[in-house]
Amino acid sequence: MSFYFAIVGTKDNPIYEAEFGTSKQGGDGVARFREEQRSMNQFIVHSSLDIVEEVQWATPTMYMKCVDKFNNLQVSCFLTAGNIKFLLLHDQKADDAIRQFFTDVYDLYTKTLMNPFYEVDMRITSGVFDGKVKQAAKKYL
Amino acid sequence: MSATKAARVGEDVWKTRIDKVNAELVTLTYGSIVAQLCRDFEGDYLEVNKQLEKMGYNIGLRLIEDFLAKTNMGKCANFRETAETIAKVGFKVFLNITPTVANWTTDNKQFSLIFEENPLADFVELPDDGRAQNELWYSNMLCGVLRGTLEMVQMQVDAHFASDILRGNEVTEMRVTLVRIIDDELPPGED
Repeated sequence: MSFYFAIVGTKDNPIYEAEFGTSKQGGDGVARFREEQRSMNQFIVHSSLDIVEEVQWATPTMYMKCVDKFNNLQVSCFLTAGNIKFLLLHDQKADDAIRQFFTDVYDLYTKTLMNPFYEVDMRITSGVFDGKVKQAAKKYL
Repeated sequence: MSATKAARVGEDVWKTRIDKVNAELVTLTYGSIVAQLCRDFEGDYLEVNKQLEKMGYNIGLRLIEDFLAKTNMGKCANFRETAETIAKVGFKVFLNITPTVANWTTDNKQFSLIFEENPLADFVELPDDGRAQNELWYSNMLCGVLRGTLEMVQMQVDAHFASDILRGNEVTEMRVTLVRIIDDELPPGED
């Protein structure tokens, strides 16, 4: 199982992205997207933004589960209170694990936002953040 | 006054006489000040350091009165005692931290405060513009506070940071040097 994860800002601008594979069932945590697929990932995630904006009004929770599908790929979304979208592209259903992953990332994102030198919609370049997101992925996905 | 007694006084005053405020409020307020200064001076971090120090100095001039009123501390016999009081009572009462006093020089005029925790710097990562890591002393206001307070009790000191965890150093260390004891000076023109 491979994952593509992106955080999208309030102006639909990407502020962070990462790729990883599953670490469950003996996975090594490395993403195995085919080369032509990798460039498609961004498109698929981007195209799901419209649907997210519809679904967000119909869902009472921040975690919207799977909002969009493309061939065998699914897009899950978590929308923060500040209108920042966490989007995860995955090829198998794993609602609960993804929820836990999103909750952890939300925590990390909040801490990043508390940094006085960080502003909303700025790209997240912090290596610490990157490392912790990958740790969370390793733990839950 | 011994170090243990200072610790007890600090603990006692902190528990009974201090109004508490949410730590994140302090952290974020201080963070906004520093970030705004960095914007105002367009990334001239040396100037930002200077401004923070000056703000701290002005706080210190006033804070000493509050400190003495709340703690009823007497006069310190020597500079070593002053150091213990700063660390175990001063920092405890106002920030609820107790930095470690270390690295005394043999003439007892210079020591370091080692901060294991620093509530001002929670959540902070310095901008990675290649300069902030080398130029900005994020918590420089504390240096000013020390200079201000000690000046009001007849001690001229020089305080500056020597290392900071935010910069990737092992510890956060502030170096404090006693420059001179300010003698009672007659106001000019009254001879």
